[in-house]
Amino acid sequence: MEELLKVENLKKHYQGARVPGTKKEVTALRGVSFSICARSTLALVGESGSGKSTLALCIACLERPTSGSIIFRGEEIAARPEEEQRAVRPKIQLVFQDPTRSLNPRFSALEIVSEPLLVQGQCSKREREDKARALLAQVGIPQQKALHKADEFSGGQRQRLAIARALALEPKLLILDEALSALDCSVQAQISNLLLELQSLLGLTYLFITHDLAMAGHLADEIAVMEQGKIVELGPVEKVLASPEQKVTQRLIMATPRLTDAADGLVMA
Amino acid sequence: MERRLAPHPDMTPLLQVQDLHVAYTSRAGKKSLALAGVSFDVHPGETLGVLGESGSGKSTLAASLLRLLPKNGKIQKGVVQFEGQDLLQAEPRTLQRIRGARIALICQEPSLALHPMFRVGEQISDVLAAHESLYRGALRQKTLQLLAEVFPENPARIAESYPHQLSGGQQQRVLIAQAIACGPALIVADEPTAFLDPTTQQDILGLFRTLRKKFDLSLVLITHNPALLAGLADRVLVLYAGRVAEIGPTEKVLMLPHHPYTRALLRSMPARLDEPAKERKSRLPVIPGEAMDLEVFADGCRFETRCADRMELCTKREPAAVAVDETHAVSCFKYGG
Repeated sequence: MEELLKVENLKKHYQGARVPGTKKEVTALRGVSFSICARSTLALVGESGSGKSTLALCIACLERPTSGSIIFRGEEIAARPEEEQRAVRPKIQLVFQDPTRSLNPRFSALEIVSEPLLVQGQCSKREREDKARALLAQVGIPQQKALHKADEFSGGQRQRLAIARALALEPKLLILDEALSALDCSVQAQISNLLLELQSLLGLTYLFITHDLAMAGHLADEIAVMEQGKIVELGPVEKVLASPEQKVTQRLIMATPRLTDAADGLVMA
Repeated sequence: MERRLAPHPDMTPLLQVQDLHVAYTSRAGKKSLALAGVSFDVHPGETLGVLGESGSGKSTLAASLLRLLPKNGKIQKGVVQFEGQDLLQAEPRTLQRIRGARIALICQEPSLALHPMFRVGEQISDVLAAHESLYRGALRQKTLQLLAEVFPENPARIAESYPHQLSGGQQQRVLIAQAIACGPALIVADEPTAFLDPTTQQDILGLFRTLRKKFDLSLVLITHNPALLAGLADRVLVLYAGRVAEIGPTEKVLMLPHHPYTRALLRSMPARLDEPAKERKSRLPVIPGEAMDLEVFADGCRFETRCADRMELCTKREPAAVAVDETHAVSCFKYGG
């Protein structure tokens, strides 16, 4: 299987007064290595502060790693100068957790989805609108709502808009940073189905960052567990969740609430 | 794990909500019915889980109990009986005495509930000072005692911190300390573990367990995630579009759900952590459509348009609650009514 992304020994320090009141340096990534095959999904789990979001930002070329390499489609991208990175960024897109904050509430759905095309400057106005409408249809937003402002949509619909926007520049890799976490349970199921459908249709590769091990188990092929800036466990999702080797993985699994805890009317005192 | 005793049915409920109706009026003058006749009881020492997604009216319910609705919200009718009085008819001064002291409310986002410019210890002392006449020394001591309930290690350091210096989980613990400060009978917690990672979530839920036992608290725990209620709530009330769809003991509602909405919701969640390979990456059965626009006043059942079991009758009138057995009731024509 073709390797779409390969990360080798990635490190990231933040200098200076990152921690209020001290001059401490913070090491967010301590040498992270993994790879993702094309058209597959890698789930990245870990507690808050383990470095998951920093990793996402480095891969998306929004932060420069301190050292290490990121190889995307066979080419090293982390060390490239800014102008060259600009050519790569369209192919690696992010979908964030909070659709309320990641979308401009004053923009219409159409404007939100066509903005990346506008910035790229490679389409005419007509082409932009056609592409944007096609994207809205693809994510299940009805055409009558194309001119509605972002704040007129529900949370689930806003997340669909965020996904449509991320697809505008035909990326190969989508980084979903807690993209389902702020949604209601029943809406998570809808978006999960949409993501699977799009992966199949468009041949997308996903890096799925999440706290939710149940969703990770459902959507991913492989799972990587992070702790304090390093990957401590990595493998096929059924294997890692059924027989976790590391303590942190076991802790995360134990901490996942289950419907079956209700069985027998036993409630933990 | 210890089996908790179900509250004796003859015990007077601590809180009795009867036929609560709450409406909001938008700036354009449109009215939407957020709660359309909600009734339930909470018994002393009981934990009631309120399972509701966005648009169910869950946050409106929390706010209505203490009459903390925004200006455009109005309680149209209903009774909220608590410790011998109807809170909806109470004088403002009576409400002041009850809010924070007898019934405490813990909101969703701790970073918004805490004032960014005051140290955490001061914010807890404020709650005490509002309801109890203690002089400075006693106030300080009690603040540290409260913080020690939620931060067993080094409460003094936490007292000196500003909210931004604390993690999400730590901020939530501060809110819990504020909530227990005056020894309330009832705590209403609205999505208390939203945005927290699983281990922190587990710690906070564990803290609720410890404190409810220690201080003999009743809890109303509001969440959209059924799994959170599974090991914590005694009973679960399922709220949909401002109405009670189903209410009963936790294991019955979550393991043997009756209402089509409850069943569809539970079915849409990935079943187990270690799903067999063929279930992985498969389509989850979703509830079609979206939650109903509450500005639309429908005559019949509010779940009808999304319901797999809909019948002709469902468009004509609202289903009344029908007893499945003595502890479990469901509002659905499939079961009568």
